[in-house]
Amino acid sequence: MEGNNFTTAGEAASRVKRTLQKLGIDSALIRRVSIATYEAEMNIVIHAEYGKIVLQVDAGGVTVLAEDRGKGIPDLNQAMTAGFSTASDRARAMGFGAGMGLPNIKKCTDQLEIDTQVNVGTKVVMKFTYPTTS
Amino acid sequence: MKLIAIQKLLNATILTGKELLDHLEVKMICGSDLISDVLSFTKERSLLLTGLTNPQIIRAAEMIDLCGIVFVRGKRPGDDVIRMARERKIPLLVTELPLFESCGVLYNAGLPGCSGLSLATGGDKSVAAPRPS
Repeated sequence: MEGNNFTTAGEAASRVKRTLQKLGIDSALIRRVSIATYEAEMNIVIHAEYGKIVLQVDAGGVTVLAEDRGKGIPDLNQAMTAGFSTASDRARAMGFGAGMGLPNIKKCTDQLEIDTQVNVGTKVVMKFTYPTTS
Repeated sequence: MKLIAIQKLLNATILTGKELLDHLEVKMICGSDLISDVLSFTKERSLLLTGLTNPQIIRAAEMIDLCGIVFVRGKRPGDDVIRMARERKIPLLVTELPLFESCGVLYNAGLPGCSGLSLATGGDKSVAAPRPS
């Protein structure tokens, strides 16, 4: 996906959701994956030059990788703080920039790894485990 | 409450999804113009009241399985947005009422919000935010 392309933004997350539905994954898990993936995709569109989303499903769970080339995150702790945002006016006019993207992702994932380098890019690995059946 | 009853309460115009209004049961309401807040706090079978009319609101609705969107203040989305909603079977309504008044009408009619908090129970802010269900 390309930075600033709001026309196609959200298509990757939509495709991830449809794929998980076809695989018959638990609906509550799909909802968490969908929200986190959409937030990660919008982060790429709003903040990066370009990026990609990769979905991996195996016996251990669901993993979504969101990787971009862009300006990176100078202060990750600040970015994880609810309410903090550096979104553009254009993005804000569309309802983004609440400063809830990364906190939302953290809330939805079972394991979150963020590797970021200023002026290089950001790699976000989101892991989700299957619900235990009792 | 059925979506058709909500459409009548808000005297709302139906943009798409007329055939779904009799069947869809709305459990709770979210009123917001911030997409991340909608994603974070809305639960399944919720109806969204918003002033946002760009295509991303449909994308967000798709992610969290909203049962419909009511555009407030008489705001009408473009045909592209209506088409996206139709393809995803998401009903769209428009009411002339502003957000606050629309939420008030539905709250008075017995529909709860998505927070699960109430002043009667102390409005305890320390309650941990539930995970999206």
